[in-house]
Amino acid sequence: MAKYLLLKHYRGAPAAVNDVPMTQWTPQEISDHVQYMNDFAARLEKTGEFVDGQALAPEGTFVRYDGEGRPPVTDGPFAETKDLIAGWMVIDVDSYERAVELAGELSAAPGAGGRPIHEWLELRPFLTAPPTITE
Amino acid sequence: MDEALLRSLTPHVLGILVRRGADFAAAEDAVQDALVDAVRVWPADPPRDPKGWLVTAAWRRFLDATRADTARRRREDLVEDEPAPGPAAAADDTLRLYFLCAHPSLTPSSAVALTLRAVGGLTTRQIARAYLVPEATMAQRISRAKRTVSGVRFDRPGDVATVLRVLYLVFNEGYSGDVDLAAEAIRLTRQLAAAIDHPEVAGLLALMLLHHARRAARTAPDGSLVPLAAQDRGRWDTDAIAEGVAILQAALARDRLGEFQAQAAIAALHADAPRAEETDWVQIVEWYDELVRLTGSPVVRLNRAVAVGEADGPRAGLAALAALDDSLPRHTAVAAYLHERDGDLPRAALLYARAAGQATDTAERDHLTRQAARLNSLRGQGGTPPHSSR
Repeated sequence: MAKYLLLKHYRGAPAAVNDVPMTQWTPQEISDHVQYMNDFAARLEKTGEFVDGQALAPEGTFVRYDGEGRPPVTDGPFAETKDLIAGWMVIDVDSYERAVELAGELSAAPGAGGRPIHEWLELRPFLTAPPTITE
Repeated sequence: MDEALLRSLTPHVLGILVRRGADFAAAEDAVQDALVDAVRVWPADPPRDPKGWLVTAAWRRFLDATRADTARRRREDLVEDEPAPGPAAAADDTLRLYFLCAHPSLTPSSAVALTLRAVGGLTTRQIARAYLVPEATMAQRISRAKRTVSGVRFDRPGDVATVLRVLYLVFNEGYSGDVDLAAEAIRLTRQLAAAIDHPEVAGLLALMLLHHARRAARTAPDGSLVPLAAQDRGRWDTDAIAEGVAILQAALARDRLGEFQAQAAIAALHADAPRAEETDWVQIVEWYDELVRLTGSPVVRLNRAVAVGEADGPRAGLAALAALDDSLPRHTAVAAYLHERDGDLPRAALLYARAAGQATDTAERDHLTRQAARLNSLRGQGGTPPHSSR
């Protein structure tokens, strides 16, 4: 009954334990990795804990208002951006402990050598509407 | 088509099917089918006995669904084992449904969803919208919950406390979505209170009514939070307050105190004060002492520190706060408030800003940010940087 955003980083997160760039994996290892993540999402759909999830393109554009009657300013993408989000998933779970458990499972997706990559996933709670009883 | 009537009949019909020996999941499906039939048929041909009509339609649906099934033998065995359909009180069937939907084998969110669906008669879509999740997610949650309780024997009542916890969760979800979950929780608790004679059920109903009574005053037109002391008490619903107080007094008179009665007593003392300054904080502290005794909850101790601060002054409140773990949710916000009352504005501003960074809901975050901004602008350019929350 609390929503969390699971963020998967391209860059900006601490290094994974099994930290080999994906381009150096075997094609089969990549397939296994993708399959693991799909299975994970499918399992959460079954438990009624899945809300939404998407993969993101690695580069984005910055956009800024540039004053009345002028088109917005765009800039980037910036190759040097330290933090890039590869994808996200929203889950709706009963407790923080459950959210951590699920993030831990997702972090165990297989990587190079078929071993878990132990990557860091960022877990962010959604701000909610206020509860009725606070005082 | 009277949707409220259909919804109020749903748990009775479902309860009767399950008592007759239908498996819970199959019975629930059959009732949903019967409701769809009712929506189709009733406008042209309204039944004389809507409940009887629904029971018949649902039972037929259930038989149709299981007739060709290999489960037939099992069902017949079950019917054999169960008491014959008899003149058992309707309230009893509904009551058992509450216990089943709040069964301890379910996770809290599943219990909430199943209760709203099976007892409340809401559609999956309505529940999904109220909880801001996709309909498919809610459908999975409900069907899993149905499977989980399918094997559960339906012959003895469970733990009232579990049912009350579920209803409290529904109520406390707030007011988002097009289904009013607070009103729904009150309706279900009212129905439960009619079916079962228990002081804590009455306590929870009183608590909900007393909080609901302040609803209109809790938020400003722009959606921002209005703290209790600043609320326009003229906008409180005095009928709901009177009803809540009467229910609470009857419950307290039975001398079986529980945490919901104690919480309701605190809400009643707030509701009773014509002006914030006239709040009987000394009695509120006494009720918090009872609540600490009943629950031992750190959150209760935190709220007690606020009450102590009002009853005996901010220093006493801060002393009570000092005994508590500062990682508790809202600990920083309470500290900010007490330091402000104590006159230490720089410290209060800093703490408000930090508390805003820790807030878990948007209205509270915005409220705390405004408190920090208010103190910072009072103090002019002194000291605290504007982005001190990180």
